[in-house]
Amino acid sequence: MDSKTIEYPVIWLQCATCTGCLISILNSVSPTIKNVLIDEVIPGKHVNLRFNATVMAGAGDLAIAIAEETVKKVKGGYLLIVDGSIPTAKNGVYGSIGERNHQPVSMVERVIEFSRDALAVMAVGTCATFGGIPAAAPNPTGCQGLKELLESKGIKTPVINVAGCPPHPDWFVGTVASLLLSGLPSADQLDDFGRPLTFYGKLIHENCQRRAYFDEGKFAKKHGDPGCLYELGCKGPITYADCPTRLWNTGVNWCVGSGGGCHGCTQPEFPDLVSPLYVKTIEIETAPNKL
Amino acid sequence: MGKIVIVPITRIEGHLKIECLVENGIIKEARSSGMLFRGFEIILRGRDPRDAQIITQRICGVCNVCHAMASTFNLDSAFGLADKIPDNGRIMRNLAAGLHVVQDHILHFYHLAALDYVDVTKVAKYEGSDADLNSIKAFIGRGELGPFVPRYEGDYRLPDDVDRAAVSHYVKALEIRRKGHEAVAMLTGRIPHTASIVPGGMAEVPTVDKIASILWRLNELRSFVDNVYLPDVLAVAGVYSDYFQIGAGCQNLLAYGAYDLEGKNPDYTRRQRLFQQGTISADLKLQPLDLSKITEEVRHSWYESNTSKLHPSTGKTVPADEKSGAYSWLKAPRYGGRVYEVGPLAQMVTTYASGNPKVKSLVDSTLAHFKATPAALFSVLGRHAARALAAKYVADAMGEWLLQLKPGEPTFVPYELPEEAQGVGIIDAARGALGHWIEIKEKKIANYQCVVPTTWNASPRDDSGTPGAIEQALTGTRVKDEANPFEIVRIVRAFDPCIACAVHLITPKGNELGRFRIY
Ligand code: SF4
Ligand code: SF4
Repeated sequence: MDSKTIEYPVIWLQCATCTGCLISILNSVSPTIKNVLIDEVIPGKHVNLRFNATVMAGAGDLAIAIAEETVKKVKGGYLLIVDGSIPTAKNGVYGSIGERNHQPVSMVERVIEFSRDALAVMAVGTCATFGGIPAAAPNPTGCQGLKELLESKGIKTPVINVAGCPPHPDWFVGTVASLLLSGLPSADQLDDFGRPLTFYGKLIHENCQRRAYFDEGKFAKKHGDPGCLYELGCKGPITYADCPTRLWNTGVNWCVGSGGGCHGCTQPEFPDLVSPLYVKTIEIETAPNKL
Repeated sequence: MGKIVIVPITRIEGHLKIECLVENGIIKEARSSGMLFRGFEIILRGRDPRDAQIITQRICGVCNVCHAMASTFNLDSAFGLADKIPDNGRIMRNLAAGLHVVQDHILHFYHLAALDYVDVTKVAKYEGSDADLNSIKAFIGRGELGPFVPRYEGDYRLPDDVDRAAVSHYVKALEIRRKGHEAVAMLTGRIPHTASIVPGGMAEVPTVDKIASILWRLNELRSFVDNVYLPDVLAVAGVYSDYFQIGAGCQNLLAYGAYDLEGKNPDYTRRQRLFQQGTISADLKLQPLDLSKITEEVRHSWYESNTSKLHPSTGKTVPADEKSGAYSWLKAPRYGGRVYEVGPLAQMVTTYASGNPKVKSLVDSTLAHFKATPAALFSVLGRHAARALAAKYVADAMGEWLLQLKPGEPTFVPYELPEEAQGVGIIDAARGALGHWIEIKEKKIANYQCVVPTTWNASPRDDSGTPGAIEQALTGTRVKDEANPFEIVRIVRAFDPCIACAVHLITPKGNELGRFRIY
């Protein structure tokens, strides 16, 4: 059986990130993260994570060398995963990953260099997909999402956007599994923002458990109240993700379930165009408030 | 003099570089630098103050609950609510923070630090029936060992059986910390980046089914801490006992305290907390906490010298790229002008010195196990042991808190957003003392400053030239094999650095070698 295993080399670059994406993905249940990294996540296919600075054993040049070697030796055959926004201001001075000839190599340089020959690039999290919080006004570091950056450099490697701040582990694992099972997604499997429709095809508001309250005009006035959270700033009406049906953390709860409301974390609008987060900023027609 | 440069330091949160000058095998000088700037305080300016707790959580996805807590304490204090949070809200926040911290300590030991001591490849010789170990054996057999090699070689000392047990616990710990996260999410909606910790209390409400379900996840965490985590720390410490003598550091400890046992005192520095606030040194004499003694010094950081020694509430960040003698983008926080270490060691030693009987017995019995005195706590292994004991202490406290929750009673108190106000929020996060300061003008954020644990620990030299806590812990250490500098990474990782937190405020450019540095 071992001889038949196909190894899929993966390089995971962490740019202007808070590491929340990785921590979220560690919470994957079936398969577990151990199934993904150690076992054959799909029979006969093994995800071979060569470089990820948060989990790997090696450090320093030793660690960087393995990533550089993979890019050279497996040209066109490795998957590049990027989390975090990419600081592009002042030639990328705001973030670097490792050194070459005693000079730091900027994140933007690494991303470009590693993207060119990748089979595909997966942007994980709203920072990597759309810029996210580091790119919020006044965007002091010139942060950009991956797709925007690669397009500006004329790099044609396909990009898959797994948005979310952070993304649900299923969105990540499901997208990886689909790559292994059926190759790159076709255009009709992604939405206008490059997100897999399987996970980002429906509005939060369409499937929300509090939707009946919304329809009846029962709106919560303060935190802890029952009722729809629209008047407390919920961004469910403009946000695409399957949180209301998938639920979070092994299905125990989710943002609207907890009374906090949806902050629109999977959207290109996050955070500037959905701020202030606890104020009604989306105007839609509602029934008169009955609470 | 030789130089050892390690960049990136892996298995920590964020982008860190460590540079050591070594003479005759001894580290003469050490420098630590963060390598990423995102500018959170700049991004926060002008926003609705209530958004601070959502945005500052994104400073760090590993310790996001602690940022949510510091931020809501800060907003509570600015909004005049610090003494008005309903008990349900206070207790739910304690539980969210405590459950989060316990799983974070487990994550640190098994998934970040353990690979410095545990040799995964030994599982290749395993002959037994443990399914996890056999799957890892099959993985090794396929010959593609990423992410476990390459690595430093030559100092994996655990006996085969202890080693294999640790590897199987590495896998088990993934599951346990996920359950810890599930328990947090029941209180906060989801994690990382929670939705329901808000100024005024909590948006979530307690229900009996949630209480029971959290209780049984907590029981699993407690059982893991008692029967797996603590024994593994003791086993590793027994074999690597020389690391009780390595990495003493500055021996000044600072703690903000954590987990409010009452909510009526608006002054967080005097509030009764499960972990004690205060400062302490090797003499083990506890001193009261005085936040006015905190300053941030910038002589060796790339900031205008005239902004040095400011208190965080009036902190300024004016980059000075060409400043000579500077070598870091982190400021140097100091307390009364002196270097302080923060973290679980500080939390346990201050609480120990306060006479707390539970913590005294935990610490004393651990020291007795190694026939050691409290001086041994100031070391690489002392920090790991303190972290594990801190996990046990808070895990044991939480069962009672759960039963104090009152379904049906409020968790939240309504408030008006003030026109102008100032606030402060302090808490001991998983990695140590975390403080947020806010100034509100015209109902908007005029200034927001965070002084985070890793800035204390990984700070550069201060105005008087005294190196930071990690730099001091490295200095004087013998590196046995410069090609495999285990000592350096073990010392650094014992502090559990979190660089995303530490360098949220730094600016780009330059170092003393005149090379163009990128951070
Ligand atoms: S506004 Fe928010 S809480 Fe209300 S129904 Fe829509 S998604 Fe649900
Ligand atoms: S409910 Fe909204 S804020 Fe919460 S995870 Fe889903 S998309 Fe993000």
